[in-house]
Amino acid sequence: MTLAEYRRRGGAEALHEEGHVAEAEHAEKHPGPLEYAQIGLILALITGVEVAIYYLGLSHTLLVIALLVLSATKFSMVVLWFMHLKFDNRLFSTMFILGFILALSVFTVALATVGGKLV
Amino acid sequence: MAQAAGTAHLETSTGLDNRKLLMWLFLGSECLFFGSLIAAYLLYRDRSVTGPYPGDLFDIPFTSVSAFVLLMSSVSMVLALAAIQRGNVRGMQIWLLTTAVLGLLFLSGQAFEFTEFNHEGLSLSTNLFGTTFFVLTGFHGAHVTIGVLILLSLFTVSLQGRIQQKDSLNVELAGLYWHFVDIVWIVIFTLVYLIQP
Repeated sequence: MTLAEYRRRGGAEALHEEGHVAEAEHAEKHPGPLEYAQIGLILALITGVEVAIYYLGLSHTLLVIALLVLSATKFSMVVLWFMHLKFDNRLFSTMFILGFILALSVFTVALATVGGKLV
Repeated sequence: MAQAAGTAHLETSTGLDNRKLLMWLFLGSECLFFGSLIAAYLLYRDRSVTGPYPGDLFDIPFTSVSAFVLLMSSVSMVLALAAIQRGNVRGMQIWLLTTAVLGLLFLSGQAFEFTEFNHEGLSLSTNLFGTTFFVLTGFHGAHVTIGVLILLSLFTVSLQGRIQQKDSLNVELAGLYWHFVDIVWIVIFTLVYLIQP
């Protein structure tokens, strides 16, 4: 949020109220145990698929792409549902995503400059 | 005291709990920490002059079971949080203990794997693969160990009746840390074990 936006929306008091509403909504929107169990089942199935793909004898490039997509799916499901970023205040998502993007940048630059390879 | 801690976030300028904000900031910084270790591993894993090499040692079926165990511990952790948010203290205790046991099972698997690798001639100083592998997985194991200690502390405190529905944020913070440890392993399992040079 820019300073102008912050002022337009009423400063700290409005932000405070916004936070209250967000917290209340967050608590209400949490999934139930059944939904958590269903997500757990999907995660277990994806892990099974990952291991199966490993033994399928695909070309290395295809294997890497498939595994990265499946891994990213699992990662996102845990972060969005189990860590509640899907339902939580956007400020928490910002904190995490900024760190994640920074890590991804360092990762990419290091591999690109020193010559590491993934595929 | 516990009640005061549980409602302290209402006094912040954002209306959000500062402890939760700090936890997310910490997890963001941990992304950078593990991202660097994984990058170092990928850079050096196939630059070893002498063996053993990753392909000689990795036992994919065994590691898959370990990965599955840690993934299921995330499910039990979130069920512990769901239980306490509904005021079910007994349910939370059962799921917390289940999560800690699954975490210990994962650590036992890692200790077994490290011992096996050591018997095969791989140590921290054998080659670049050994150094980067043990540093990366060792730091992850240390994080899991800290997580297990946090879970067992929460369990002990809850047995004394000091965790009620209003204190669910304590369980949520422990859960955030635990799920982060799980997502790091999701990445390690794919990039280190399944994708080999």
